[in-house]
Amino acid sequence: MTEHSAETSGTARPPLLSRLGSLGPLLGLLSLMIVATALNSDFLTVSNLSNVLTRASFIGIIAVGATFVIISGGIDLSVGSMAALIAGSMILVMNALGAGGGGAGVIAIGMLCALAIGAGAGLLHGTFIARGRIEPFIVTLGTLGIYRAVLTYLSEGGSISLNNTLSDAYSPVYYGKVLGVPFPIIVFAVVALIGGLILNRTRYGRYVQAIGSNEGVARYAAVDVNRVKVITYMIQGVCVALATLLYVPRLGSASPSTGILWELEAIAAVIIGGTALKGGSGRIWGTVVGAILLLSIENVLNLTSIISVYLNAAVQGVVIIVVAFLQRGKRS
Amino acid sequence: MTTSPAVQFRKITKSFGPVEVLHGVSFDIGAAEIHALIGENGAGKSTLMKILGGYQPQTSGEIVLEGQPVTLRSSRDAEARGVVLIHQEFNLADDLSVAQNIFLGRELGGALLNDAEMNRQAADALGRLDVQLDPRVRVRDLSVPQKQLVEIAKALARHARVLVMDEPTATLTTRETDVLFALIRKLRGDGVTILYISHKLDEVGVLADRVTVLRDGAVVFSGPAAGKTPHDLANLMVGRELEEMFPDKGRPSETEALHVEGLEVPGWAHDISFTLHAGEVLGFAGLVGAGRTELFEGLLGLRRHTVGQVRVAGRPIRIDSPGRAANAGVVYLSEDRKGKGLLVDFGLRPNLTLMTLEEYARPLLDIGAETRALETAVQTYGIRSGRLDVPASALSGGNQQKLALARILEVDPDVIVLDEPTRGVDVGAKREIYLLIQALAESGKGIIVISSELTELLGLCQRLLVVREGRIVGDLVGGELTERDVIQYATGLKAKAPALEVASR
Repeated sequence: MTEHSAETSGTARPPLLSRLGSLGPLLGLLSLMIVATALNSDFLTVSNLSNVLTRASFIGIIAVGATFVIISGGIDLSVGSMAALIAGSMILVMNALGAGGGGAGVIAIGMLCALAIGAGAGLLHGTFIARGRIEPFIVTLGTLGIYRAVLTYLSEGGSISLNNTLSDAYSPVYYGKVLGVPFPIIVFAVVALIGGLILNRTRYGRYVQAIGSNEGVARYAAVDVNRVKVITYMIQGVCVALATLLYVPRLGSASPSTGILWELEAIAAVIIGGTALKGGSGRIWGTVVGAILLLSIENVLNLTSIISVYLNAAVQGVVIIVVAFLQRGKRS
Repeated sequence: MTTSPAVQFRKITKSFGPVEVLHGVSFDIGAAEIHALIGENGAGKSTLMKILGGYQPQTSGEIVLEGQPVTLRSSRDAEARGVVLIHQEFNLADDLSVAQNIFLGRELGGALLNDAEMNRQAADALGRLDVQLDPRVRVRDLSVPQKQLVEIAKALARHARVLVMDEPTATLTTRETDVLFALIRKLRGDGVTILYISHKLDEVGVLADRVTVLRDGAVVFSGPAAGKTPHDLANLMVGRELEEMFPDKGRPSETEALHVEGLEVPGWAHDISFTLHAGEVLGFAGLVGAGRTELFEGLLGLRRHTVGQVRVAGRPIRIDSPGRAANAGVVYLSEDRKGKGLLVDFGLRPNLTLMTLEEYARPLLDIGAETRALETAVQTYGIRSGRLDVPASALSGGNQQKLALARILEVDPDVIVLDEPTRGVDVGAKREIYLLIQALAESGKGIIVISSELTELLGLCQRLLVVREGRIVGDLVGGELTERDVIQYATGLKAKAPALEVASR
């Protein structure tokens, strides 16, 4: 049994180089920060960074959910309109309950509503995709239209605003700070930590990766593929709901234009973070870096006048295509 | 020697990553001869063929066609030089007509296609083969042997001078095989050189002028086929006396391990009933496409199926998913290692523990315990890998297979179904797998082996069930365990007693 023991010993990889490669997103972010600081020294101020991070938190939380979906080999295009629908619905519920004043209880019910809608939408996606065997692209493209249309109907084409007393009671969720750190950033950090733990250190996370790597193998190895897939879409839905309930106090209203292009930003954050679009492998910390990188780009466009900030989505689009190009051929 | 050989291989080597699969292969194929290339699964036949067909470049060495050293960059390149490869899985577009397939990629006509001329020339090419077939028929509507004839006609229309055929008789009945052989001889008469790859050793003596035997990526014999018996060839292929290859068969106990009654897998298996005993190695023989794999995929709940009764160790159970099956102690190793067996991009550790993760969840996964399990498995099953933190794709075929086996054995099953357990595995690893199967049987497990290699089934199993068109048509034990008997049942020349009575009436 020892005659060929050296058979594959020639496979030692150059660890330094491959590790450097996996640090790509982080190196990208650092170089962007250096360039940004050189262009405008305001970039590296505490208030600006805190602003960037707070804004990155929304996309980041959604992108953590998207990481699970994409690693399992799926995609969810509906997150932007789902966020709009959740925002509108929770505002309507809170306004109805809190007509005579209201307080923490009403807000808590609103938040629960948001989470329930998010989980329910995920369940719907997952069921159609896993049990109905419809392409995830098609299912979530369909619901993208449906959710936004329902919101437009509810808001009668205008906007749904949170009433003033509730708005005051709700505002600490966005504007509050713990030890000087804005609340959304803390939620983002917690979501990312839990996401990373689930992905890398639980059976469920292992199954998600196995399914994305090769669904057939997972099925033959007695993994309940359908259940695992449905849960990835539910995680996505809950993440969208979490991001939305943080976002509502800032806007105070929901309109048909809420959450537009969030799917682009969320998916871009995941891909920039080094998760393979065809599934199988990925990492939460990469997604976190990806989200921060994307929002830093927007911030730099705001602070400088090299490229108009109106072209922000175009720049993000270019970045995602370039990163996908660089990823190409990593896996045969 | 007035003419130079049609093909000369000169010291061909081929490596995939760190694994060298061909080690300096050299032999000649004479002009207008039928040359058989044989070897076990994983011996390097298909790799060599793909190199000759231009599908893969060799790592080193040289191919010489009619005295000219050539570099074949693509299959188009090879075809331009008259080398055409006919795959086992046909390369035909089902929705196009026979003529459209024959001219695919080199259609006649200018801006508009000249269908009339293509149909005429296709009819000519078919005529050369003495085949009566309307060139306007859709390929989808043809039978398997007819499709094969279209492939050959397509090759001839491309002016093939060297025709490479990969197991052309794998899906043919005896009669269809005879027709094909007559055709191959006719082609030889027309000056076409044929490289014929086969598993069926008795065919070699009947058909081939010369034969080359590959073992573990090297030529072990190349010479006249006359005087070589199938037994001689088999010994050359395995590199030792066949008897040494297989451990002694044990004795099955009387205890029932698995009992299946009235299993139906729509379209694949009908009225399947059998009993497997503890300590038994039960073989399932049959032609490719007979429904053996689908039968067990159905039983495991991987396909739609109905079943009268399933008992595992005497207890009736219902299996509707591989998870249920594993809980009941029934596991299945797929024949398709890359598609359904291993996560080739994953490391060895997650591959090993994929079916038993609950043992490591506390509730977070205990990576240390997983690593210890991997170290144990590497020792137990002799998985050879320089490092343990490599992806499964870095292992050789044999070691990948041992890893896949190790995973299903982690479940500690009572019934183990192995589908083509030695496909794409070198001879050394093959023997280790045989020893492992024997050891598992001795420890009281019930084992089912599905294999397309008859020598393997005959060497391993105490009893063989032969499947033909989704039904069990033969149940062979003891003295009936011969290659001849199995083939007769598998091809329908013989059937179980009741069916025979009906036929004789």
